[in-house]
Amino acid sequence: MPVHKSIQMKNTEIISVNSLTKRFPMGLGEFTALNGIDLTITKGEFSGVVGPSGSGKTTLLNIIGLLDNPTDGDAVILGSSSRALSVREAAILRRKHLGFIFQTYNLLPVYTVFENAEFPLLLLKMTAGERKRAVLDALEWVGLSDKVGSKPAQLSGGECQRVAIARAMVKRPEIVLADEPTANLDAENSHHILRTMLKLNEDLKTTFLFATHDDKVISYLKRKITLIDGKVSRDETIIR
Amino acid sequence: MLAFKLAIKNLIGAGLRTWLNVFVLSLALVMIVFQSGIIHGWDVQARIDTTEWAIGGGEYWHDNYDPYDPLTLDDGHGLLPPELSGLYNDGQAAPVLVTQASVYPEGRMRNIILKGIDPDQKIIKLPSSQMAGDTSVINALIGTRMANATKLNKDDLVAVRWRDENGTFDATEIRIAGIFRTNVPEIDNNQIWIPLDRLRKITGLEDNATYVILKQGITSIPTVPGWIFKDRDSLLSDIESIIKAKSIGGIVMYIILLSLALLAVFDTQVLSIFRREKEIGTYIALGMTRWQVVRLFTVEGAMHSVLSIFAAAIWGTPLLFLVAKYGFAMPKATEGYGLTIAEKIFPVYALGTIIVMTLIILITTTIVSFIPSRKIAGMNPTEALRGKVQ
Repeated sequence: MPVHKSIQMKNTEIISVNSLTKRFPMGLGEFTALNGIDLTITKGEFSGVVGPSGSGKTTLLNIIGLLDNPTDGDAVILGSSSRALSVREAAILRRKHLGFIFQTYNLLPVYTVFENAEFPLLLLKMTAGERKRAVLDALEWVGLSDKVGSKPAQLSGGECQRVAIARAMVKRPEIVLADEPTANLDAENSHHILRTMLKLNEDLKTTFLFATHDDKVISYLKRKITLIDGKVSRDETIIR
Repeated sequence: MLAFKLAIKNLIGAGLRTWLNVFVLSLALVMIVFQSGIIHGWDVQARIDTTEWAIGGGEYWHDNYDPYDPLTLDDGHGLLPPELSGLYNDGQAAPVLVTQASVYPEGRMRNIILKGIDPDQKIIKLPSSQMAGDTSVINALIGTRMANATKLNKDDLVAVRWRDENGTFDATEIRIAGIFRTNVPEIDNNQIWIPLDRLRKITGLEDNATYVILKQGITSIPTVPGWIFKDRDSLLSDIESIIKAKSIGGIVMYIILLSLALLAVFDTQVLSIFRREKEIGTYIALGMTRWQVVRLFTVEGAMHSVLSIFAAAIWGTPLLFLVAKYGFAMPKATEGYGLTIAEKIFPVYALGTIIVMTLIILITTTIVSFIPSRKIAGMNPTEALRGKVQ
C-alpha cells in the first residue's frame, strides 16, 4: 500500500469505522442505511453485526470489504482509508487480506471444489505446488478432503458453504467477512460451519466479522454489535 | 495468462453453449476458405484452359480486327506478314482466318463465325487433326455447345453460306468431322472450324489471316506493322474481370457468414454478462479488478475463435482436402454462361487467404466480445453480488 494512504492505527486495531454514513437514492429522496457509525475491530475478534433486516448490516460489511464507498465518514481497513483507495488498490487489498463468505455461497459453478478454493491463490500468482498445499490444507480444515473433484452442483448446501469458507481462508487473510453465512443451512450444518470458523479463528487468529440475525450465529459470537436503523444501538463483549 | 486459464475453464464448463458457437464460427471459416478456394481454383483452371485451348502464348491481331464487333471481320484480315509466316512455317504459330457465315441445320438459318485453322497445328489443344483426311468435302469441327445449339452430330452434312472477298454469296455443304468438348466457350459458342486453306480458298483470301496464335513459351516477339501483339495477360483480362467480380460477390458472402457467426458470439457474451452477474461480483470480491474481469470475459469470447480454428482444422481440413482431390462438380447450366468454367472445379486454397481469414476471425471475435464486456467496468459490485440486473 502506498505510504500516504496508510493511517496509523493502534497496535491491534485492524478495522476502524469513523462517523460512517451511507445514503442510497430512493425515488426523489434518499434512504439512510448507515447513520454515523463508529466502530473498532481488533485483530482476532470473532464478532458480529446483528440486527433486523434493513438495519444496514450488509451495507456496513460491504463498505468494510471495500466493495462500496461511504457517503460520509471513513472506514480504515488494515491502515488503509477506504476514501483514499482507488478501485484498483481496493481490489488488491481485498485480494491479499480479505476473505468473503456469502449467504448464497457464490461458488463458481464450472469449477471443482479444488479449483474454487484455489481461485484466490491464482490471483496471488502462487506457484502450483504452493497452491496445491494450501488448498488441500484448507479443505482439510473444513472436512472436504474427499470432495476435491466435485462440482458445486454435486454438493449439499452445508458442503457448499464449507467450500466457501475454505476459499475465504485458503490465503490466510487478516479478516473474513461473512454475510449471513448460515441463512440457507439447517441447524446441524450451521453449527458445523460455525464450529469450523471458530476453530480457524482460534488456530489462525483470523478476525471474523459476521452480518447476521441468526440466533445460532449469535450464540457463537464473542462480540455482538447491534445495529438498528443504521446506528449502533448496542456493543457488547460476550464472555464464554 | 490467468485470464486464458480461467477462460478455458469457463468455456469448457459452459458446455453446449460454447461448442455451438465454436461450430458456427468454424463453419464460417471453412465455408469462407472453401468458397475462396473454389474462386481461386476456377481462376487457375480458367487461365490454364483458355491458354491451352484458345490463346497459346499470345496473339497477333490484324489492325482492324475486333472480336466484339462482327462488322470488323470484313476488313479485319490481311496477308500474313513474313515475320509471322516464318513463325508459322517453324511450327511456332497458328494463323486463324475469321469470317461471318450462315449455317442451315434442319432447315433453320443461324448466323455463325466460320474460322479456318491449319489441321496440323499443335499450338492449341483444338483437335484440328480431325479435319484432315477426305478432301472431297469440307471437314468441319464444332464444340459441344455449338452441337447442342444446332442439333448437329458427327458426320452430319450441313449447308453453309458465306460471302467471298468481293461480297458475293456462295454456299456449300460441310461435314461435321468431329465434335470437341472444351471448357473454353470462346472457341465453341456459335463457331465452326474448317481447314485454313479451304476457308482461304472459298473466300478468295489466299494467305490471309485475322489473327495468329503463338506457341506458349515464345519469348521473342517481333514488332509487325499492321498487326498488334496481344500478350497472354491482356487476352485473359476478361476472365480476370469476371473472377474479380465473383471475388467481390464472395467477399459479400464472407461478410454475411462471418456476421452471423459473430452475432452468435456477441449474443452469448451479452447473455453471459446478464446471467453471470453474481459470478462477476464474486470475482471482484475475491480481488479481481474490474478490468481483469472485463479481460477475462473478452478472452473468453475471443477463445471461441481459437477453438473454432482448431475445430475447423479438425473437421474442415479433411473435407477441403477431399474436395480439392476429387473436385467440385459445377451444374450443367454453367456451360451456357459463356464463361470458362470446368465441369469440375478443383479448389486451390491459398495459404495467405487462410491466414488472413483466421486473423480476421480472431480480431473481430475479440472486438465483439469486448464490446458487451465493457459493461462490467461500470458495474456496482454489491449489486452484482446479489445478481441484480444492472
